[in-house]
Amino acid sequence: MAKSNKPIVWGPFAAGGTLTAFVTPVLIVLTLMAALGHAPDLLAYDRLHAFAGHWLVQVAIAGVIFLSLWSAAHRLRITCYDLGVRADILVATVVYAVALAGTAASVIYLARI
Amino acid sequence: MAEKMSRKPYVREMTSEWIFRHPRYLRYMTREFSCLFIGGWTLMMVWGLKQLAEGPAAWAAFLEFLKSPASIAFHVVALVFAVYHSVTWFNLTPKALPLQVGEEFVPGAAIAGAHFGAWAVLSLAVLYFAGAF
Repeated sequence: MAKSNKPIVWGPFAAGGTLTAFVTPVLIVLTLMAALGHAPDLLAYDRLHAFAGHWLVQVAIAGVIFLSLWSAAHRLRITCYDLGVRADILVATVVYAVALAGTAASVIYLARI
Repeated sequence: MAEKMSRKPYVREMTSEWIFRHPRYLRYMTREFSCLFIGGWTLMMVWGLKQLAEGPAAWAAFLEFLKSPASIAFHVVALVFAVYHSVTWFNLTPKALPLQVGEEFVPGAAIAGAHFGAWAVLSLAVLYFAGAF
């Protein structure tokens, strides 16, 4: 086999790694504020429902979720290998399937908003 | 006879003990473990989307769940790991994106610094937009 499917799995990993580096910490701060009882205005039901109802925002949310889950899945796969788990095909199938299922679920929920 | 011979490739046994052999390995694994928290938090947000789609009562229940002690602890740990991922990722940008201007390469500190600066501005913009302050 001359061709490799490595770029297909690695591309979203690199994109997701960059995206999560930029946005995940601040987004966790927002939900941490809510956890501490000081939810920011955006997380009020009416405002968030209206915000997440716009198609452009929905595309962005689905994209962020896909890239975040994919890069986490890829890194988890490599980590399992590093820790001595040699069933790479099985691990890869499970972690990428979870990433795709999570993305599909988010698309379905977004469509209902 | 030859076709009856089977190859028995030598598979070296691999354990996870190597992580503790050098602090550098431990830092590497700490960075890699950030994926569990970033992935876990993202899945939690997928569940949040489900609650948001179901209506105000379901969303209120989600916010109430966020306030549980386990959730607060998870958020604090996840935030530390997420920041660690960002710092290690941006520190690698001079290696991943070397930039040449004329004959000279732009110093690595400038490339990483630009990423850290953009990260700070973006984070403040998100906090401002979300009405966090």
